[in-house]
Amino acid sequence: MIAIKTVGLRKVFKTGIAKKNEVLKGLDLEIEQGETFGYLGPNGAGKTTTLKLLLGLIYPTSGSAFILGESTRNVRVKNLIGFLPEQPYFYTYLTAWEFLDFYSQLFDILGKFRKKRIEELLSLVGLKGKCEKLQLRKFSKGMLQRLGIAQALINDPQVIFLDEPFSGLDPIGRKEIRDIIFKLKDSGKTIFFCSHILSDVELICDRVGILVDGQLRALGKIEDLVDTSLNSAEIAFYGLKEGSKQEIRNFCTQMVDHSDKTLAIFNDRESVDRAVKIITDGKGSLISLTPVRQTLEDIFLKEVITEKQIS
Amino acid sequence: MLKIRAIFINTFREAIRDKILYNLLIFALLIIGCSILLGTLTIGEQQKIIKDMGLASISIFGTLIAVFIGIGLVYKEIDRKTIYNIFSKPVHRYQFIIGKYLGLILTLFVNVLIMAVVFLSIVYFMDGVVGFSLIQAIFLIFLELMLITAVALLFSTFTTPTLSAIFTLAIYVIGHLSGDLKVFGAKAEQVWVRYVTQFLYYVIPNLENFNIKGLVVYNLSLPDHFFLFSFLYGILYICIVLFFSIFIFERRNFK
Repeated sequence: MIAIKTVGLRKVFKTGIAKKNEVLKGLDLEIEQGETFGYLGPNGAGKTTTLKLLLGLIYPTSGSAFILGESTRNVRVKNLIGFLPEQPYFYTYLTAWEFLDFYSQLFDILGKFRKKRIEELLSLVGLKGKCEKLQLRKFSKGMLQRLGIAQALINDPQVIFLDEPFSGLDPIGRKEIRDIIFKLKDSGKTIFFCSHILSDVELICDRVGILVDGQLRALGKIEDLVDTSLNSAEIAFYGLKEGSKQEIRNFCTQMVDHSDKTLAIFNDRESVDRAVKIITDGKGSLISLTPVRQTLEDIFLKEVITEKQIS
Repeated sequence: MLKIRAIFINTFREAIRDKILYNLLIFALLIIGCSILLGTLTIGEQQKIIKDMGLASISIFGTLIAVFIGIGLVYKEIDRKTIYNIFSKPVHRYQFIIGKYLGLILTLFVNVLIMAVVFLSIVYFMDGVVGFSLIQAIFLIFLELMLITAVALLFSTFTTPTLSAIFTLAIYVIGHLSGDLKVFGAKAEQVWVRYVTQFLYYVIPNLENFNIKGLVVYNLSLPDHFFLFSFLYGILYICIVLFFSIFIFERRNFK
């Protein structure tokens, strides 16, 4: 079943008299149930606008969006979703318990179930027994983010929207949030994940979409988008005679000498094999062979730079 | 209903944890207390001064509280983007407006109640008796404050707090002068002045319908059905203003 679907979704904002800004230019997207989808794009690409359209915070200029087959204009559909906003925009005068109690009431969860659910969530995000009576204004960024995840899960949602869940977190905080996301993924939830931190997206997401200037520039599984085969490599070696080094210099793309060590970069697999043979035959010592693989970041940068060149 | 109740309680909780509210309330109680001192400066008019100042303080400080919390609490939700999280949950926009309004009214009620208890205690201490008309006067002031809060809420659904405050206070002033506006319009020679004053008279609530301070202070009797008319007038106006607030809010994009 399709969890999230958008059909020709467009959003135009008026920015002045007769001035308009088309933020989203006809988005067509389908995300399957149980999928973890990474939604990427530079600042101002239209990611947050997409999210707001899916959550019904703003209305589309044209096109439509559906969650689990229901139009996002239908308030009822929100019973099935959870949302973690980018910044922890929460009521700082509430305590953690009051905060979760407030949001659970918005789902019409009755008193006896609320207490149990809040306790479960506080232990899931590691806040139980620590700060239930503490006002949110005294929370650290990491604690707020964890509480944000707890409120996003209060209704045990099918589809979870996470907007920059790692922003402002230290490495420990990032790991904790990542572990929670893995747990959700394992329990079969659909996760729509907006992030700038590409290494996390690569680690967590099954599929990614790259949005640039309101248009989807790339969409697919990470392994399909990123060429994971060994195309180039860096070889470090020492103790090779000048004649053999010269032979390698003739077909490598770059060679750098550093004290007695040499670093050579190769652009194809044959060159790598040939160089390794020359080093071993010439009684040189191989220090390391590091494959250079394409990353999601390369794809992301390529799409963004291409768009800039076009515009 | 649970959703409206949650927003209503949360609004009340936010308001009572706001320090500005306490400053206004303490200042109002001080002014009411000062009426005893001022009363002693007059001969034979002490009770009138106390009643006049007390009712005026409840009205003025009540209006200030209504305007400040009325315009602040919805705008803050939009400005601090806490509203994103509310509307990502299954909450209709009308439920939010009604919940907010009820929370503001409860805050206002508690404040008016505190001011009224202090004021009526002073009257009882000085006079030995508290007239029913005084309670009627306070009730009508409260109804007026409910209307002012609805107006403040309406403006805060589409404009900034500063403009909302200016507009709401303007409505408060014009609302108390609307009777004069009608008289002025009727005497005007230019046709357009007549139309403008008539338009303002019918659109802006006539807040003098809630003002029986003069009658109460001088122990004059209320005209027949005045109280019932004012009550129904206030409730109808509040419903219309809330309807427009919801109408605007339903169509709003939260950028």
